[in-house]
Amino acid sequence: MAAIIQVRNLFKSYWRNSLEIPVLQNISIDVEEGEFMALMGPSGSGKTTLLNLIAGIDRPSKGEIVVAGTDIGKLGESALAKWRSSNVGFVFQFYNLIPVLTAFENVELPLLLTKLSKKERRKHVETALGIVGLGDRMTHSPKQLSGGQEQRVAIARAIVTDPAILVADEPTGDLDKNSAEEILTLMDRLNKEFKKTILMVTHDPNAAEKARVIRHLEKGDLV
Amino acid sequence: MKVLKLIFKNSLRHKLRTALTILGIAIAVLAFGILRTVVTSWDEAVKASSPNRLITRQSVSFIFPLPYAYKDKIANVEGVKSVTFAAWFQGVYKDKNQFFARMAVDHETFMETYDEMIVPKIQIEAFKRERSACIIGNELAKMYGLKLGDVMTLEGDIYPGRWDFVIRGIYTSKFKYFDPTQMFFRWDYIDERLKEETPERAGWVGWYIIRINDPDKTAVVSYNIDILFKNSPAETKTESERAFTENFMVSIKALFTAMNFMSFAIVGIIMLVLGNTMIMSARERTREYAVFKTLGFSTFHMVGLIMGESLLISILGGGVGLAITFPMIAGFEQVIPKNYFPSFELQSITVMLSIIAALLVGIVSAVFPIQRVIGTKIVEGFRFVG
Ligand SMILES: Nc1ncnc2c1ncn2[C@@H]1O[C@H](COP(=O)(O)OP(=O)(O)O)[C@@H](O)[C@H]1O
Ligand SMILES: [Mg+2]
Repeated sequence: MAAIIQVRNLFKSYWRNSLEIPVLQNISIDVEEGEFMALMGPSGSGKTTLLNLIAGIDRPSKGEIVVAGTDIGKLGESALAKWRSSNVGFVFQFYNLIPVLTAFENVELPLLLTKLSKKERRKHVETALGIVGLGDRMTHSPKQLSGGQEQRVAIARAIVTDPAILVADEPTGDLDKNSAEEILTLMDRLNKEFKKTILMVTHDPNAAEKARVIRHLEKGDLV
Repeated sequence: MKVLKLIFKNSLRHKLRTALTILGIAIAVLAFGILRTVVTSWDEAVKASSPNRLITRQSVSFIFPLPYAYKDKIANVEGVKSVTFAAWFQGVYKDKNQFFARMAVDHETFMETYDEMIVPKIQIEAFKRERSACIIGNELAKMYGLKLGDVMTLEGDIYPGRWDFVIRGIYTSKFKYFDPTQMFFRWDYIDERLKEETPERAGWVGWYIIRINDPDKTAVVSYNIDILFKNSPAETKTESERAFTENFMVSIKALFTAMNFMSFAIVGIIMLVLGNTMIMSARERTREYAVFKTLGFSTFHMVGLIMGESLLISILGGGVGLAITFPMIAGFEQVIPKNYFPSFELQSITVMLSIIAALLVGIVSAVFPIQRVIGTKIVEGFRFVG
């Protein structure tokens, strides 16, 4: 069976003041379905960039990215957006919840783009919040939650549409040790119990330990 | 959860900022409404003046009188249907601060010429019978609690002395623009006394009002009247009542032009106010918009969110503004002297313009933030630091 994520000869440069800044050079990587992979490497090595490219929120300069059978480089802007909403769940370092919405409403956001009825949405949101252990915090606003709880809401938002792939960019980077542990345990459970393929960027060796595969990125090269 | 709810919650993020913006828009809409009402009321009054009437005045200035003897000469000019005249009396009624128009008129012809006034026939006849009779507007009667048969005493200034007039008629205005607070009495009554007391001042009138058969002949008839008195000690200037009204207030006209301009400048100002608020909001929410896009929300959704919020604020502001404009203008109508603005009311076109202005402000203010959100790539949005 082919890997769920196939990256081939990927190049990415950014332009700053008409100066080309090469970030990724000729990256090729496969992630098998159901894998929990940690992507490590020093700051500025291009981890976030690689993750964003695989998740379809950035465009490669050159190369091919096939995710779940779709060559995402060939998708137009709106097709790519649609693809993201049903295939990838995002977890960020700074949670990125919408501050004016409650935990429930934040998790419900991705479902607003589906054809689900209000009742069905409620069921999905409750399930997702139940999985992350925040069934009793639904009406809380992000401000009323701890960092760990916010990140769990963010995870609930990432899984509520039941995507096959979760990408997480330093999900524990802003958390204390205990909260970080909780989040990692949760990720591990999502991988084992819910069969999510997880790609996680981290530079915390403790975090990486949870993953079953660890890859290192250095100066734009996988080592 | 609906998009509307999110728009609403977004607008409540900075309650003070939103409230101030709404208040700013409300005040601007109020100012817009008042300015436009002044302008439209003025236009109305000018437009409402009869095209069939000409005014002949002393060529140097309106304040110099014309000989009574001109009446018959003017009446003989071709195209003239009828001639009447009036003289500004001024004077003081009760106290100096009470101002309303007081004019000595030709009792035989004046009421017929100004058919904007509705006076019962029997009252006109009484006016023609009795030298010291006067006819007043119904609003004036209301102001002072006057009724038929009452005596009004004026303290003359231009025409010194104490003058008693008996109210024999009360007119109502056929149109709103026609000042319902005027007082008319007989010129011959005044002139008779002048003949006795200051004979050198007798025999003069203020201006002539001429009815013509064909309004298209205004220029010709005016010319033929003025030529009659060329090189006499009292040369005349004849023009349509409309032109007369306009010229009478040339300086005010410049003011109206300025007001007209200002009313639209205000719309520009509120665009900047709301635009600024929206740009600040969009900046602060750069990351959030990146999140929305990441989750698969389209440009269309972003436009809806931003435009929705912008419109919500502008409509609220416009609504509050209009809500205070109605009673404000109604209040102004009560206190503004009727002789300047016989009718001072909020016209539906002004209400429409205010609504359009508010909507326009809402839409235009959203343009820059929308452009910014669309132009910002997701990854740039996440890297953005306040
Ligand atoms: N949008 C961008 N524009 C310009 N330079 C960028 C952009 N994104 C990342 N970079 C640059 O690319 C390099 C890699 O960034 P990143 O992928 O965030 O690294 P990491 O996540 O490993 O710390 C850095 O030098 C960074 O400054
Ligand atoms: Mg990074």
